[in-house]
Amino acid sequence: MVQAEIKNHPSGDNRFKLLDRAITKHHGSGDALIEILHVAQGIFGFLENDLMVYIANALKLPLSRVYGVATFYHFFRLKPQGEHTFVLCTGTACYVKGASEIQKAVEHHCACKFGETTKDNKVSLISARCVGSCGLAPVAVLDNAVSGKMTPNHATELIKQWQEEKKEVAA
Amino acid sequence: MTVEDLRELAEKEQARQAQFEHRILYCSSAGCVSSGCDAVKAELKKAIEELGLTNKCELLGTGCLGLCGEGPLVFVHSDPTLYQHVDAKVARRIVEEHIGQGKKVKENEIDLKDPFFASQTKIVLENMGKIDAESIEEYIAADGYEALAKALTEMGPEEVIGEIRKAGLRGRGGAGYPTGLKWDIVRKGVSDQKYVVCNADEGDPGAFMDRSVLEGDPHRVLEGMAIAGYAVGANQGYIYARAEYPLAIERLKTAIKQAEKLGLLGNRILESQFNFRIDIRIGAGAFVCGEETALLRSVMGRRGRPKVRPPYPSEKGLWGKPTVINNVETYANIAPILRNGSAWFAGIGTQKSPGTKVFALAGKINRTGLVEVPMGIPLKKIIFDIGGGTPEGTEFKAAQTGGPSGGCIPKEHLDLPVDYESLQTVGSIMGSGGMIIMDNTSDMVDVAKYFMDFCMDESCGKCIPCRVGTKHIYTLLEKIVNRQATEDDFALLKELCMMVKETSLCGLGQAAPNPVLSTIRFFNEEYISKLKPATTFNATGEEHSPVTVAKEVK
Repeated sequence: MVQAEIKNHPSGDNRFKLLDRAITKHHGSGDALIEILHVAQGIFGFLENDLMVYIANALKLPLSRVYGVATFYHFFRLKPQGEHTFVLCTGTACYVKGASEIQKAVEHHCACKFGETTKDNKVSLISARCVGSCGLAPVAVLDNAVSGKMTPNHATELIKQWQEEKKEVAA
Repeated sequence: MTVEDLRELAEKEQARQAQFEHRILYCSSAGCVSSGCDAVKAELKKAIEELGLTNKCELLGTGCLGLCGEGPLVFVHSDPTLYQHVDAKVARRIVEEHIGQGKKVKENEIDLKDPFFASQTKIVLENMGKIDAESIEEYIAADGYEALAKALTEMGPEEVIGEIRKAGLRGRGGAGYPTGLKWDIVRKGVSDQKYVVCNADEGDPGAFMDRSVLEGDPHRVLEGMAIAGYAVGANQGYIYARAEYPLAIERLKTAIKQAEKLGLLGNRILESQFNFRIDIRIGAGAFVCGEETALLRSVMGRRGRPKVRPPYPSEKGLWGKPTVINNVETYANIAPILRNGSAWFAGIGTQKSPGTKVFALAGKINRTGLVEVPMGIPLKKIIFDIGGGTPEGTEFKAAQTGGPSGGCIPKEHLDLPVDYESLQTVGSIMGSGGMIIMDNTSDMVDVAKYFMDFCMDESCGKCIPCRVGTKHIYTLLEKIVNRQATEDDFALLKELCMMVKETSLCGLGQAAPNPVLSTIRFFNEEYISKLKPATTFNATGEEHSPVTVAKEVK
């Protein structure tokens, strides 16, 4: 069963070529597992089960090792993300400057908790340990753009913009 | 490239820079990037071109200028002037009025005589605001790779280590282990292969010193690592950087390529017999990977779980080989020590903790940003002179150092000199250099709970005291915050903290109770006031409450 899945991948999906290139670059070494997972997540967006099976085979590692590493680190995602990501920094400086207020407001607005994606699959809420922009606390990262001196109102406004822009496209 | 070529290149670059009457440097560090420095850069460039000043004026992106809270920052080097809150409009005025007519834009000027700048001593950050962060030539023109050249041509590995030992440099990652001693152990280790690892996994929330160094002056770290490699006999280095710092990783990659191209990394460096390569390993978000044995496992592609020490990495590190592992800031200190001599370095700071320390000032403070101060400076000076104190209308309550492994220092201890030993006497640690200022709006029990939440989540789960202990400490703290806890719970909390501290396997667990213990030590009344009276039963079996604990204390 598992074998069949693997065979189907390389022929159908060109993205696997990119992944293979990265694996070759690291000489198929199991020590490069974290690098390969970074590349895989970069290409596919998240680490699907059969993707991990593929990597385990390519690197000649037990699947348990690949799954173990993928679940150990916060950075790796096993589920797909929404179209937009709202990353709230929960570092100490942001905490002192009221990140929890933003968290509450955003969670209320999106009707889901941090670590989850909104029902319409538009926005993923992610909490980060510290993005290192403490001088601008509280900080949020909206689709990879760091935005400092955030307020609860501003945060929900920005999320609203995303949600409305989607509606326009749909209309 | 030979040493002569290197010096020739430095002279050529200096001559090139001298052609320009003005050098305008905009801060290109992550803080200012988030404040919108790209638009500022574009406008500065446009204005310079439109006014035909391209031959007279050079524009470049430099490392962190320090005052991250007031960004984007622009620095005019020729006539030292620092501008804050620069937007496109101000950018144009800087070019038109300051460069064109020699009139400063007064509204946005920051006084460089301000204690924020005047009280600092820059070693690690010396190139910030001087050189282009992405140009190896500029680094070389600022005496870059001169220390490596000196080590390779004039000094033996023992001499290099001797200099570092005499300088008294201690690990800037927080524990303060003497760097020279560590290198010496690795050098003496017998092995066919040795490694040099740079810990750039700056996981402490509220700390961004290493990020700024990597973004603003990456070659300084590479040079320090290459010198370490030469001193201990390693030919391979790894930088373990956080995935959360994409800009730093990008700059490091560029820097490594530039250095390899010029023969300053790779085979036969500066035509000597010394080979040294550096690869980047990107972390994936695990705080425990700041612990050295966990970090090494992560470099090898495993789960970042710590191991029992000894053996230390200096005996058995990466793939069982002797490995030097130091923090970014430690490596950043190496080149200046070799260039200027150990006596110069030992003369800065205190006898036991020589040199400087970079701190990331953040939280409820007027000037947030990156500062570098000599060791032994009183805490008060950092917070009130350099940081400008807490915002108007609020009162300073505590300074938190060392992140989730450190503690809160109250105002009674503001005179404390900042060095490794002094901070330990008040139950905190130097840590990597994050300093968060809290004012009277912060509830210290909630602060302790915040840090425990962090440690609980980041515990790798290998040892029971840390995995289970942090969870129970968190639950007890939550109970106290919700005013559900009794005196018994409070006693249990204290007992549990000591247990986790004494029996955990690695630094994460051993230090996890520090924020709780230090807040209990200095802000005990905040805990007591949240306790509810213990429910007891009298002889007849009726429930009754004795005098509240809070009243007893009063």
